[in-house]
Amino acid sequence: MFRRLPESDTATLRFKIDGRPATGRAGESVAAAMLAAGVVTCRTTPIGGQKRAPYCLMGVCFECLVTIDGIGNRQACLIPLTEGMDIRSQDGARDMAGEPVTEAAP
Amino acid sequence: MKRLANVVELAASYDLAIIGAGPAGMSAAVTAAEAGLSVLVLDENGAPGGQIYRGITGTPVKRREILGAEFWRGEEIVAGFERCEASYAPHATAWSLAPDGSKGFEIGVSLGGAVRHIHASEVIAATGAHERPFPIPGWTLPGVMTAGAAQIALKANALVPDGRVVIAGCGPLLFLVTAQLLAAGANIVAVLDTAEPGNWRRALPHLPGFLRSPYLMKGLRLLLKARRANFISRVTALRAEAGDDGCLARVAHTRGSTETTLACDTLLLHQGVVPNINLANAVGCEQDWDDGQLSFVPRIDDWMQTSIPGLSIPGDGGGIRGAEAAALGGTLAALGAAARLGRLSQDERNQRAAPVRAEFERLSAGRAFLDALYRPPKAFRVPAEAETIVCRCEEVTAGEIREVVAGGVTGPNQLKVFLRCGMGPCQGRQCGLTVTELMADARGVSAEAIGSYHLRPPFKPVTLGELASLPSNDAAVKAVVR
Ligand code: FES
Repeated sequence: MFRRLPESDTATLRFKIDGRPATGRAGESVAAAMLAAGVVTCRTTPIGGQKRAPYCLMGVCFECLVTIDGIGNRQACLIPLTEGMDIRSQDGARDMAGEPVTEAAP
Repeated sequence: MKRLANVVELAASYDLAIIGAGPAGMSAAVTAAEAGLSVLVLDENGAPGGQIYRGITGTPVKRREILGAEFWRGEEIVAGFERCEASYAPHATAWSLAPDGSKGFEIGVSLGGAVRHIHASEVIAATGAHERPFPIPGWTLPGVMTAGAAQIALKANALVPDGRVVIAGCGPLLFLVTAQLLAAGANIVAVLDTAEPGNWRRALPHLPGFLRSPYLMKGLRLLLKARRANFISRVTALRAEAGDDGCLARVAHTRGSTETTLACDTLLLHQGVVPNINLANAVGCEQDWDDGQLSFVPRIDDWMQTSIPGLSIPGDGGGIRGAEAAALGGTLAALGAAARLGRLSQDERNQRAAPVRAEFERLSAGRAFLDALYRPPKAFRVPAEAETIVCRCEEVTAGEIREVVAGGVTGPNQLKVFLRCGMGPCQGRQCGLTVTELMADARGVSAEAIGSYHLRPPFKPVTLGELASLPSNDAAVKAVVR
């Protein structure tokens, strides 16, 4: 939960977060745009289903993994927001194509 | 500076490849380009500055006083970088680096959705620092982030945490972030200071060096600004607690024998920065445990060269000295590389280096005092509670690690096999130090004796889609098959 300083230029890029329309500023990362759009949780963990959110915003922790335009496990804090992006939070494990991974073994 | 956006714009070979466009990388590029080297700078961010000057070329924060004079010092160095002859690839990731006989290095680069291998005769890895792990109960809850993350959100995006903010930990950056967030109008309900009062005694022997460095005045100014917040000192335990929604709702802290709980919406954690050693480690550079900085540090010589000839690590990646020393270290590394490539004579190199080195040493001398003064307490480095998560990716707890150690597992690499600890996407960046110190504590031996994870390339994830873009030549086959 973040707010934009009033002096910052207006958010003009349109994107979707879990189907919900939102706007972001040109030049910001997907993670920043999500935080500004009121997103608190960006994924649940593959093992314990724990809620997680961006933690470091500098590419170190990999907590910010989301699915962008159908491709899973993207590092939201390193990827620049672009017009029309379809961003989805991730539940559990994903393979690199963004499909949920079904675990066969225990 | 020539900006590259696509792998097809990359040359096959450069005299010098620089990884990271923070102060060390930028100043290395300027010096090397001046000496006539062909230089490629690869950086993960979209604009130069590194983390310290993050967003400096395009920050939406208009009031300069919010970010402070120290931040804006970066403008001069970025301007120099923009004027120099180097090629610069933003949003680029270097994911592998392999010494290539005596001829240099082969680097795996991903840029604009495709990958290439390029050759560089010399490499400067200016990969900087990241925040030390801060494993407390509840540190994985949404609503908890690092103080550095909040600072990046402010610098790069003019974002301020909404609602009640608690900041906890110790170190110079804690004060800086507090001052910046106050100036930006954040509602900081408390700053929970975890520094141990006894640190002063341990820091005193380092005071003369500190007094000669410019840290003193900077530090005092900052302290005065940050102290306007509600400071609560001598905090000995912290716990983040979730509300019904599974996100952060409260933070509990212990002071003396009293525990107090504060309702809050955001908790920012920070207890210092440590060198980002992943690349150095994956390539096999010798490293040593630094007990002052409580971290592994790559072994470097006077020209920032590691144990691998031709690979240099200036800046905080080679030991924390701060942004100004990093810029000077970058210059020294570039002079060293230029001389090894025969573009500067030893005399020229030494002559140009002398004033830079003198200033570098003056700045470095101030660091030991800060390291001792803000040494993070053991309670926050080695979690005592069994259920505290150590490896965030694989959800491995301190209790599980202690159990496995009791069962005879001796080191971090063996631990991976038993618990998958450090095998998640972050490759141990977050848990590496905690694991080392926790195992050292459990076994009653030194951190040096425990050692660290051995990492392997790719040290950053590459997708199969990106790999498919490799032109089919020997290098491509090698990259996938090896
Ligand atoms: S928030 Fe840490 S990697 Fe993106």
